[in-house]
Amino acid sequence: MLELRGLEKTFARGTVNAHTALRQVSLHLQHGEFVTVIGSNGAGKSTLFNAICGTFLCDAGHILLDGKDITFLPEHTRARQIGRVFQDPMKGTAPGMTIEENMALAYTRAHSGPFSMALSKKKFRLFRDALARYEMGLEDRMKTKVGLLSGGQRQVVTLLMCTLVTPRLLLLDEHTAALDPATAEKIMAITNQIVRENNITTMMITHNIRSALTTGSRTIMMDAGQIILDLSGEEREQMTMERLLKMYSEKKKEELDNDRMLLG
Amino acid sequence: MALYIVALQEGFLYGILALGIYLSLRVLNLPDLTTEGSFGFGAAIAAITAAAGHPMLSLLFAVLAGAAAGMTTGLLQTKLKIHPVLAGIITMNGLYTVNLMAMGTTNLSIGSANSLFRMLYKCFTLTPYEKKLMGAAAAAVMGLLVLALMILFFKTHLGMCIRATGDNPDMVRASSINADRTKLVGLCISNALVALSGALIVHYSGYADINASSGTLVYGLAAVIIGETIFGRSGPTRGLIAAMTGSVVYKLIVTLVVDWNLFGEYSANMMKLMCAVIVACTLAIPAVRQYGWQKKLMREAKKHA
Repeated sequence: MLELRGLEKTFARGTVNAHTALRQVSLHLQHGEFVTVIGSNGAGKSTLFNAICGTFLCDAGHILLDGKDITFLPEHTRARQIGRVFQDPMKGTAPGMTIEENMALAYTRAHSGPFSMALSKKKFRLFRDALARYEMGLEDRMKTKVGLLSGGQRQVVTLLMCTLVTPRLLLLDEHTAALDPATAEKIMAITNQIVRENNITTMMITHNIRSALTTGSRTIMMDAGQIILDLSGEEREQMTMERLLKMYSEKKKEELDNDRMLLG
Repeated sequence: MALYIVALQEGFLYGILALGIYLSLRVLNLPDLTTEGSFGFGAAIAAITAAAGHPMLSLLFAVLAGAAAGMTTGLLQTKLKIHPVLAGIITMNGLYTVNLMAMGTTNLSIGSANSLFRMLYKCFTLTPYEKKLMGAAAAAVMGLLVLALMILFFKTHLGMCIRATGDNPDMVRASSINADRTKLVGLCISNALVALSGALIVHYSGYADINASSGTLVYGLAAVIIGETIFGRSGPTRGLIAAMTGSVVYKLIVTLVVDWNLFGEYSANMMKLMCAVIVACTLAIPAVRQYGWQKKLMREAKKHA
């Protein structure tokens, strides 16, 4: 499904500020796999997502999606197949446009030409039904500007926009981190539901180690631009938070700084 | 009265310019200074085409010329990563020379036989007053037609993408919308509208002047802002209607000032200063309201203390 082969990225190469964010990152994801990604700040998690999405080109390595080499495809072309939700709820939706218009934007880009009408009664019903399933009361506010919604509501809209047309790959970058605990839990439940129903291959960055171990089917840990741990199956099921942290510090050969990794 | 009817005519013709400014300023969220050049470019191209005996074609060529000007600024911005304001200034400056070279003179008359408005008047036998009414009606039809087209455009998928590009660049970057392309298309349409307005003004006045485009940017800004104070800031349908209305209202205000000689004998020469004052005042309204509200709040608090 998704295959990363020896990805390398150094920022500000050749200067004193040179910083290697990705070192020989290789990863293979099966179709429908749900991988959680953990690691301290600066470990390269978001950089990895940026590399997959094409925010920048990697210095070396290849990215394959569904067997097709997308290493040098521009960001917006990749975005047709990759859905992405950011930590910041403000990033995924257009605040000055209504819920209906935002969803139409996500929907029509896959379904029609540039001069076709973006809104219709049929689409309105489709969007409303899609929103109604998640019981956030959004289905009655289709004509409301997204800028007036709360962070949690905006994140639901973003999530729906990313999955309205099923993407081949869904990247969630700490998408519940900016929300209050109750809302975060709700968004996680919705995420799980969407991913399961559509069998979407998903990667999710989280700082909540407990949810990293309970969500999805595989967990990888990153540090200093490398994948240092790849857990799945039985090994993962028997993993506890304490053991994971211990393994992490062993791998790093230094004690884990609590400031840098929030305990779930 | 005749003065106000002429103002109405001018208001609708310049209203198309206001639509273009609304698109770049409010929808794309890009201050596009190309306007000052593309208005003159449209006028120059329309004037030479019309003077050569092709009045209808002149409008089409002007639109294409405007789109080309917008494209230039757009490419400077997106492909060469030049700051939007600078890109506009560069194009605007270059266009001045292009306009001068295209016209070959600083003032080019198209001849009354080639003016679309005068051609229309000739189809009927009209008194001078009726001619003015006819001109205003024709301008209104043109303006409203373009307005309707633009409203419709912003309901299409492409229009929606252009709106999103101005509304949230972060979102667009992560979605499958090619932000560079939507910006480019937006700037092309915006400047095409501005150039069309310039061309229609040539047909209205009968000549193109190299300096006619100076002040068009502030004019458009004034129209958009006046419109917004009347209609409020909302979606593009309302915004476009507001810009067109703002243009008409602005022209009527200016005519009122000149007609009543509000500033004495200098009234007719005070256009630009007036324009600047109107824009500054309308822009200041929200802040002034805020101060008033704060003052009131403090007074009330003192009363109860």
